[in-house]
Amino acid sequence: MDYQLKFAPVFDNFGHLLSGLLVTLELSFGAMLLGTLVAIVCAAGKTGGPRPVRWIIDVYIEVIRNTPFLIQIFFIFFGLPALGIRFSPNTAALVALTVNVGAYATEIIRAGIESIQKGQVEAGTALGLKPVQIFRYIIVKPALRTVYPALTSQFIYLMLTSSVVSVISATDLAAAGNDIQSQTFASFEVYLVITAMYLVLSIAFSGLFSLVERMAFNYPLSR
Amino acid sequence: MIRPFGIDEILFIVAAVQWTLALSAIAFAGGAIGGLVVALARVSQVRALRYLALGYVRLFQGTPLLMQLFLVYFGLNIFGAGINPWLAASLALTLHASAFLGEIWRGCIEAVPSGQSEASWALGLGYVDRMKSIVLPQAAKIAVAPTVGFLVQLIKGTSLASIIGFVELTRAGQIINNATFVPFKVFGLVAILYFVLCWPLSLLARWMERRFAVATRR
Amino acid sequence: MSNTSPEGRADSAHMPAVTMEGVEKYYGTFHALKHIDLTVARGEKIVVCGPSGSGKSTLIRCVNQLEAVQEGRIVVDGIELTAGPKNVEQVRRDVGMVFQQFNLFPHMTVLRNCMLALMKVRGIARDEAEATARRFLERVKIPEQAEKYPAQLSGGQQQRVAIARALCMNPKIMLFDEPTSALDPEMVKEVLDTMIDLAREGMTMMVVTHEMGFARQVADRVIFMDRGEIVEIAGPTEFFGNPRHERTRTFLGQITGH
Ligand SMILES: Nc1ncnc2c1ncn2[C@@H]1O[C@H](COP(=O)(O)OP(=O)(O)O)[C@@H](O)[C@H]1O
Ligand SMILES: [Mg+2]
Repeated sequence: MDYQLKFAPVFDNFGHLLSGLLVTLELSFGAMLLGTLVAIVCAAGKTGGPRPVRWIIDVYIEVIRNTPFLIQIFFIFFGLPALGIRFSPNTAALVALTVNVGAYATEIIRAGIESIQKGQVEAGTALGLKPVQIFRYIIVKPALRTVYPALTSQFIYLMLTSSVVSVISATDLAAAGNDIQSQTFASFEVYLVITAMYLVLSIAFSGLFSLVERMAFNYPLSR
Repeated sequence: MIRPFGIDEILFIVAAVQWTLALSAIAFAGGAIGGLVVALARVSQVRALRYLALGYVRLFQGTPLLMQLFLVYFGLNIFGAGINPWLAASLALTLHASAFLGEIWRGCIEAVPSGQSEASWALGLGYVDRMKSIVLPQAAKIAVAPTVGFLVQLIKGTSLASIIGFVELTRAGQIINNATFVPFKVFGLVAILYFVLCWPLSLLARWMERRFAVATRR
Repeated sequence: MSNTSPEGRADSAHMPAVTMEGVEKYYGTFHALKHIDLTVARGEKIVVCGPSGSGKSTLIRCVNQLEAVQEGRIVVDGIELTAGPKNVEQVRRDVGMVFQQFNLFPHMTVLRNCMLALMKVRGIARDEAEATARRFLERVKIPEQAEKYPAQLSGGQQQRVAIARALCMNPKIMLFDEPTSALDPEMVKEVLDTMIDLAREGMTMMVVTHEMGFARQVADRVIFMDRGEIVEIAGPTEFFGNPRHERTRTFLGQITGH
């Protein structure tokens, strides 16, 4: 191969990459937080809700899990305006990522809820706590602890998936790459650097998640 | 010139399902071969091989599929293979699937009780015989459900090939949408088609997983 | 039938703690409690025994409606349980329960386990809740474990925390479902001693247990259940000395003689 890799144009535009990185971080953490909330509500609905609610949640989960994220974001960004729902690219990206991760996280968190022993709920009931309080104070934390590894791998996958939002001209890291490569034509080099940045991000995320795990779930488990 | 979203447009989109299926099949076949190599390397006795395979898996599981597609697409060009969406998409998805299937299958190989392996040591079987006739057949039983599950992920993943200009289901939808401007209907139809492809596989995977769980509990 | 409301219990001193009349309980088609009539007086200690699956747990779980019944009337401290969800809430505040498996909340310290319901059910401020919790931990003789998590305690300690947690709510009635069955033998005594103290202080107690020593010492009446029925009910001297029913004799023979 007589091609010389040219990284100079990439690093000349590093500021642009960093602002894209910031958006990627915002989208990832935003969707993680919102998606977890969606998932907790849906998981509670699926375990304790009335039949129509469970049915709606099932449809949501199956639709999201069996269609590509790319189509979901097209649908939200291009399709929903037909119903009068219009988002900016970055908002559409956040909505799409939240809806997407919410479905996967629902199944994960539901498994966590089901791992909680019946006696925990009974003890809460006997103490006079209401079902919502039992869920909030007794079930959520141990349930999240059980499924934390599965949940956080899903979050890392979410962060990687977020690169797709560049297709609706959201301004994330991948989009910054698209901008730079169209100006400099150093396509391979641009994407090589960006790929490396995503790799660093996923390593950083797993480090952060295990730190959070140690801080949030610091109570000992019985043998 | 805005076209109506009529029967021809619908047929164009439906016909594109074949390219999604073709790309999925190629990536799955390539990924199966690559995945077997990765899985065997991951459980190999040779330390360097184990680390090499681990690095490969971490690399492909720690970066976006979209970037993998871009790198292969532009990388092939640098290597003089020109701009070729078919080749780039097939190769990138194969490499991607190899990492994921390799990791899934490693788990399955390791789930085979080690006693089986020891028994075959005692029988004096060599590495190849041991893997071929004892470990892999048992691992395969465990592997079916998660493999079908990954196939769903792979089919969805092929949609990203549209971004490098490979005309499959998603790209066909975009083409029709650009001509008809009825995104709600177009992407609704595309979503339904993906759902029709993926949902039965998801159900199958779940059913097999449950059946296997019952079988192992006995 | 008078529909007793929570407000209408001015005469509570003369009212029985628990009244069950014609109670029938089904799990699906399985008839788990068969026509139960039982009155528990204020301050009375009832021990319930019987073979496994005879309905002992079901019986006491009806008292705080962990199990709903299909027929009959249950009145707890003057409140008709079977007359609506508001009453169930009221009764649960007045009835404490201790389980075989302790059921402490693993993610909360001992102190927080005791404070949770005080704050969330009774609406008591944190400081006051903490003071109450510490007082009851003192009473079950483990004040020094307040900051520990359940998993760091022995089974006996955990069960005493569970008792303290229930007592914090100032219950009028305490239910115990085999509180010592999951304990190592050397820890049984510390839990029984705690329960004996509680009995001395005049608590109304319904205790499912096979600790016959405890029954002799503490019980006012002992109930023998079999196949969902109350077969025999008598004072401990009579119950152990001169059981009237063959099934009771067989059962006592099984758990005492070997
Ligand atoms: N949730 C339930 N669903 C169906 N059957 C139950 C349930 N709980 C208890 N049972 C049945 O009711 C009977 C009485 O149970 P239980 O009150 O727990 O007995 P005990 O405490 O005396 O061992 C048993 O045969 C048991 O199998
Ligand atoms: Mg019982």
